Order: sequence, then structure tokens, then C-alpha cells
Amino acid sequence: MSAYLSLFRIRFLHNLQYRTAALAGLATQYAWGFMRLLALRAFYAENPAAFPLTFAQAADYVWLQQAFLALYTMWDYDPDIIESVRGGHIAYDLVRPVDMYARWFATTMARRVARAALRCAPILLVAFVLPDPMRLHLPASMLAFALYVLSTMLSVGVASALTTLVYIAHFQLLNFSGLRLMVAAVVDMLSGFTIPLPFYPQALQNVLNLLPFASMHDLPLRLYSGHIAGMAAVQGVALQAFWLAMLLLVGHWWMGRQLQRVIVQGG
Amino acid sequence: MIELNGICKTFRVARRGAGLTRAVRAFVKRDYQVIEALKDVSFRIPDGQMVGYIGPNGAGKSTTIKVMCGVLTPDSGTCVIDGRTPWLERKQHVQHIGAVFGQRSQLWWDVPVGDSMELIRDIYRVDKIDFRTRLDELTELLQLQDLLTTPARSLSLGQRMRCELAASLLHAPRILFLDEPTIGLDAVSKLAVRAFIKRLNQQHGTTVLLTTHDMQDIEALAQRILLIGKGRILLDGTMQDLKAHAGTDKTLIFTYAGDNAPVPGPGMTIREHTPGRLTVAVDTACISVAQAIAQISAQAEITDMEMAAVSAEEMVAGLYREYQI
Repeated sequence: MSAYLSLFRIRFLHNLQYRTAALAGLATQYAWGFMRLLALRAFYAENPAAFPLTFAQAADYVWLQQAFLALYTMWDYDPDIIESVRGGHIAYDLVRPVDMYARWFATTMARRVARAALRCAPILLVAFVLPDPMRLHLPASMLAFALYVLSTMLSVGVASALTTLVYIAHFQLLNFSGLRLMVAAVVDMLSGFTIPLPFYPQALQNVLNLLPFASMHDLPLRLYSGHIAGMAAVQGVALQAFWLAMLLLVGHWWMGRQLQRVIVQGG
Repeated sequence: MIELNGICKTFRVARRGAGLTRAVRAFVKRDYQVIEALKDVSFRIPDGQMVGYIGPNGAGKSTTIKVMCGVLTPDSGTCVIDGRTPWLERKQHVQHIGAVFGQRSQLWWDVPVGDSMELIRDIYRVDKIDFRTRLDELTELLQLQDLLTTPARSLSLGQRMRCELAASLLHAPRILFLDEPTIGLDAVSKLAVRAFIKRLNQQHGTTVLLTTHDMQDIEALAQRILLIGKGRILLDGTMQDLKAHAGTDKTLIFTYAGDNAPVPGPGMTIREHTPGRLTVAVDTACISVAQAIAQISAQAEITDMEMAAVSAEEMVAGLYREYQI
């Protein structure tokens, strides 16, 4: 285990040095947060009763999403991993006594956590001091907060496991910017990133809520504001755990298969 | 103990000609060429031996090393290293081997070398005290004192290679695979790396398998030479075997006074002739070196004479020609 913790640690420390990138990201997240809220406010002004979330819950959803963006997005990939497959450096990774899947998963998770850790505090701070309907509110209850924290941890796992699957697809593709764009677009729609899932038609929601994409982003944000509570909350977290386990199993199996046929070319 | 038996490996490589038309055609129907990288490769290396693995580019050297490291799975054949099959028990196997791929780096680019070393310690689960002792020893032997605090990206090639060697030995592997460890190094660094490898083998009994294009590496280090070409093992022996194979020619260089150029007789061929200096190859199968010298010195006043040994490079080039690889 300590090997994977070390890999996590070095990746984490490594990412903490990118201060300019963090500042740029911060500015983007403020801008997006405000834009989303302004758009939502226009809709809510028309008829607040037509929406499944109260405006306050929607504001919480948007600010938490922006503050911890790096935990959930599917647009960010580790250039080192991509390069290791493209450039054949993976040969070196394979002469280490570590499980390749666990290694990629650990570094992916470290990257997400490091990026989020660098960006979240200033966004949360501003979000908390905004005027009322726009602001980030306190969690619905202590229980809701506890569930939110647990569920966020699971969602980072689910998101990292999905990212790792995309990395494994590299073995077949080598140039994968096309796949990356497609994954980003589809996952953003299905995970509630573009539009929060409660805004979708009920029939569609029934399906989307069961998919792993809801588990990687939508659920924790709704647990925080108490939009999902009680038995539904417990079921949701259990479903997350299920998806995490499934994705880990599939990823591990797929990695094993790919490594059997890996060819490292050149010197 | 390393034991390979009948290892075969083929690659399928997509081919297409240059140009737009062919690119479009290749998009619809792809032509593959099957390349036999290894054809029935078998050898045994006992513990503690230093083996030079040579062959021209693309002969299959790196492929063999990758098979032995557990990175590649061969199509057929067996490979047993210390009782394990590398690609089946990769994790346990690599715990006991070290590898340096000269053309790639195992150090983390942006962090000081010392941090990379600690990460490698954690990956191999090396005991903290063992790690300290070994790193101190390696630091002294390879002169790493100032390098450990430098990020890998700012190292020179020679400095980096010394760090790579140290990094691959922190877990005290029983077997060390070196894939072109001296590539691109200057003379001083090459000598340092060679001396270090030699010492490692003598003091710790580490089995070393090294591939290189530098014949001086082989002369300095290898107790045994494996020659591979077009995926087959062509020669397995010592430097002497290699020399014997390379033929019976000797090269003599005469410097003479006066304008009358000596004319070599049968059994000698002129390699080079500039006024005052004559280089001949002597075929010792038909004329002895002494006879050749006597014959030439009878024709002109010889002021100096050298006998050049065939260099290892020439021998290997000769072998490559002989086997048409």
C-alpha cells in the first residue's frame, strides 16, 4: 500500500507547484459560477414553481461544482500517463513491482485532489459571502454534510476509475484527442455537469440516476442541500460504492488484457 | 540463473507508402507486415556472469531484454529467471531485477533526484536502513553528492546515467539488465560507468546482461558474448572465439625512407598507400608475419613499423557481413 501512497504523494506535491495554472483556473471558475447562476436566475424569475430544486439548492449545486471542479471533470488528463503510453516509457513502469492499474488510479486520484485543493478555498470563501439567494448555504443538516463528504470521496473514486479507463483505451488508439472530446461531451451531459440532473425530464432522470455518471458528480451536490435525503440518500451512496467497485474491476481486467499484448517499440 | 528456450516473438506493423493516394488507400485497407523479432532464441546465463549482448540495430536485443523484464509476452517459448516466468509473475519477478534503458529515463523529470530515489525505495519496499547504506555507497561510487538535490531535467547526460544506474540498484537486484548504458556518454563518463559495473559484478556477484553498440564496453566488461541478428542467436562465446571467427588477417603499417615504394608479394594486399607509408593486410594462412616483414624490408629502408590488431568494431562488422545481418 505504501508504494501507492508514495505515488499519490509525489503526484500531489508535483501538482501543487503549478500556481499560475491554479490562478487561471480560479478566474474561470468564478466566471462560470456567476454565469450559471445568472442564467438560472432568469429561468427562476419566470416561474420558480416549475423547477425541482429551490433556487438556494441550485446555487449550492453550482458553487460546490465550481469549487471542486477538478474532482469531477472529464477534461483533464495526466500528460505523464499519456506520454508513457505514446512514447513507450511504460516499459520502465512495467519493471516496477507495482500493479499498473492501481498505479494509474492512484496518480489520477492524486491529480484530481491536488488540483481541487489548490482551487477550492478562494471559491468557497467568495461563494459564502455573496448576497443571499446567490450564496453557498450551510449544509441542510450535519447528517447531510456527513453524507456529502462520504459521497464526494466515492465520486472522486468513480471519476478517477472512469479516467483510468480512458487511459487504458490509449493502448489501442495512441492519438486519443478525439476520444477525449467525445468522453468529455457525453459525460458532461450525463453527469449533470452541463445541466443539473433534476432539470431533466423525469423518464430520463430515472435512467440517468442509475448510471455511474450520476455517481461521479450529481449525487454529492444534491446530498449537501438535502435535495436527496433519508432512504434515497443511503441508496444513492450504496449505488456509488457499487459503481466504484464495478469500474475498478473492469479497469483492472482490461489493463491486464492490454498489458498482455503491449508492444514497446524502439530502443 | 536465466534460461530461455525457443522464444519467438512477432510484431504486426502497419505499412503504407508515402503520399496522399497511398494514405487514402491505407485508410480503407491496411497492409500489415509481420516482423519476426525473435526466432527460436535460447540461451542460459548462470548466476554472476557478465554477458554482452550484441547485434545490429533492429536485431532483437531490446525485444529479448523486454521479454526477460516481463514487459513483453512472447508468442511461444519459455523463459525462466530464478524460477519465475517474467510475464506471468511480473510483480514478484521485477522485485529481483534492475533495468536501465539508456534511451529512456526512470527519474521523475521535475523533482530532485533524491525524491525519485525515495519513491523508488517505497515502490520496492526497501528497508529504510538498507536504503540509506546503499544510497551512501552508490553516492560515493558514482559521485552523486551534488546531483541528489538537482531536478532530473537539469542533469547532463553523463550525470543522468550515473543517477539511473544508482536508481536501478537501490533494491539490490540479483540481475541487472543494461540496455545501451553508455549511449551518448563522453569518454570519462563511459570509463566511470564501466568501472562501476565491473565492481558491482565482482563484489556483489550481480548477473549483468548488457546490450551496446560500443565494442569497448564489451571488451572491458563481457566475459561472454551473445551475437544476435535478424532475431536469431548467431554466436555464443568469448571475445577470443569472436576473434578467431573474425578471420586470420593481420594489418601491418610500414613507414619507409626514399622514393622506391616496396611492392608486396602474394599473401599481402595493399590497404592504403601514401608516399612514405604503406598499409598491407597479411593473410597469415598463406604467409607468416615474419616473412611479410622480411619481404618488405628487403625492398626499402623501413624506418618504422606497426602491427594493428583488428579492432573489435571491425570484427563485429565482419561478423555482421558474414551472417548477412
